[in-house]
Amino acid sequence: MKIAVCVKRVPLTQEVDLEIDAGGKDVRKGMLAYVINEWDNYAIEEAVLLKENFEGDVTAVTIGGEDDEEVLRRCLAMGADRAIRVDPGTLELDALALSRILSEVIKGLHCDLILTGVQADDMNEGSVGIMLAEHLGLAHAAVVTGVEPEATGATVRVELEGGMDEVTKVSFPAVLSIQTGINEPRYVSIMGVRKAAKKELKVVKVEDLGLTDADLSMKTMVEEIFLPPETEGAQILEGDPGTVADEILRIIKEKGVDV
Amino acid sequence: MGEIFVVVEHRQGEIREITYEMFWKADELCETLSCSLTAVLFCADRGPFVDEIRTRADRVIVVEDEQLGHYSGDLCREILVRLIEQRSPVMTLLGHTAWGMDLGPALAVRTGFPLAADCLDVLVEDGRPKAIRQIYTGKIFSKVSFAESAGYLFTMRAGAFPQDRAGERQGEVMDLEMPTDLPEERRQFVEYVDTGAGDVDITQADFLVSIGRGISEEDNIGTMKALADSMGGVLACSRPVVDKNWLPKYHQVGTSGKSVKPKVYLALGISGAFQHVAGIGGAGTVIAVNKDKKAPIFRVADYGVVDDLFKIVDALKEKIGG
Repeated sequence: MKIAVCVKRVPLTQEVDLEIDAGGKDVRKGMLAYVINEWDNYAIEEAVLLKENFEGDVTAVTIGGEDDEEVLRRCLAMGADRAIRVDPGTLELDALALSRILSEVIKGLHCDLILTGVQADDMNEGSVGIMLAEHLGLAHAAVVTGVEPEATGATVRVELEGGMDEVTKVSFPAVLSIQTGINEPRYVSIMGVRKAAKKELKVVKVEDLGLTDADLSMKTMVEEIFLPPETEGAQILEGDPGTVADEILRIIKEKGVDV
Repeated sequence: MGEIFVVVEHRQGEIREITYEMFWKADELCETLSCSLTAVLFCADRGPFVDEIRTRADRVIVVEDEQLGHYSGDLCREILVRLIEQRSPVMTLLGHTAWGMDLGPALAVRTGFPLAADCLDVLVEDGRPKAIRQIYTGKIFSKVSFAESAGYLFTMRAGAFPQDRAGERQGEVMDLEMPTDLPEERRQFVEYVDTGAGDVDITQADFLVSIGRGISEEDNIGTMKALADSMGGVLACSRPVVDKNWLPKYHQVGTSGKSVKPKVYLALGISGAFQHVAGIGGAGTVIAVNKDKKAPIFRVADYGVVDDLFKIVDALKEKIGG
């Protein structure tokens, strides 16, 4: 089974005070740490598991600069066979243009299965994977929590809302957007990354893909970003843990719960 | 006069709440843009749906076929592409749900219309549509604009709008014959599996002690369970705890888990992603403990504690002698 996985390097924004940059269209990123997008980490793990259980071959693909190769090396360490970075230069891209670029790179790989994360932790759109499927004219399913391959396709679990899953049969070749929790992504050691350094990491320039200006033009643009509107917010309980615990217990009892 | 499309979402014979929320927003947009509201209903049997939908739309386009009893991305996409081509709706609204996320981006590629995903709001400024979204897991909002287009696509976040502005229309029902030249389905429905049933029912509890990513390690689950027991509460959790297999799914609160309505919801180490917060709208009082003072949970909590949750847990245990 030939598998491609699309991954992205994103800033880690939990427990960080985000500030808006001078342009007003993005946050200041200088001080932020970067990681593999959480959903993509599950996607690459799923691809490697499928390869281990059913034989196959995994290619990890990202769009980004040299710094973004860090996530590709991580994928190689996890078990991907090769990696491709598409360098977009200074182009600004929306989900549609990103998916168009990915489609151009991936169509030459003749994959049975293409995995993406459900969404990226930065823009939270959840669009690139399914757009990619449509550019390639392939079957697809979004928000996938289980993949069992069969002869010409896979039985796939889709996570619906409200504690319900849909079991569905998808024929190959297919694109699936992978939800967190589908597996337990393996630990990646520095040694593992070093060992994987020998594996192929190819860099492709976006201008060499033969795409037109129309293919790469943005249809959806960020006009401005802003901090969440002020709300009344929580009444903050101050003091040492003992005082706070007393206060919490008082509130719980006041609301009619026997503690 | 232009049209706004709302694609009806239903499951197991019931219209999903997101559909009514989209009607609410579409109704407002129709007023602003002097458009009419068209509901698009794919179904095997219109019976349970069509009367309800008519009261909220100027027209209901019904495609009724046995192949459409469950969501079929392949068939819905093909029919919608044709409908959009024929009728040229100014806007098309879909739910930002597992199905809408499968359909919306595919429609964007096929129609060439711009798509804004997971919208908290859609507005019109100087005659141009804009969308309000959240980025960086809800810590930042963004306003999105579009390249000029004959139509625009939006997937709408569940819970972003009320459901109650409705009921005065008597839309005409228009039957659309199921096309006979549709491509073969590449994805086929097998069955639904209920993942929400288990040993405890968090939807019935008066007091929930709910844990999130902040509990850090699986070893801490025992401590948290003991705390919940000693306080007479039921243990619940947010998504990361289930993703890591530390608790079964029936403990999970949020859009993909359960909506709860306890008198008190004590959130420990939960950052408050919207998917989680959407499940606690019915809670009487929310007390949140998190060491990140900018965590979104504090925007919805009644009381907040900015501290290491383990310090607070230890103090609570000491006070109740647990």
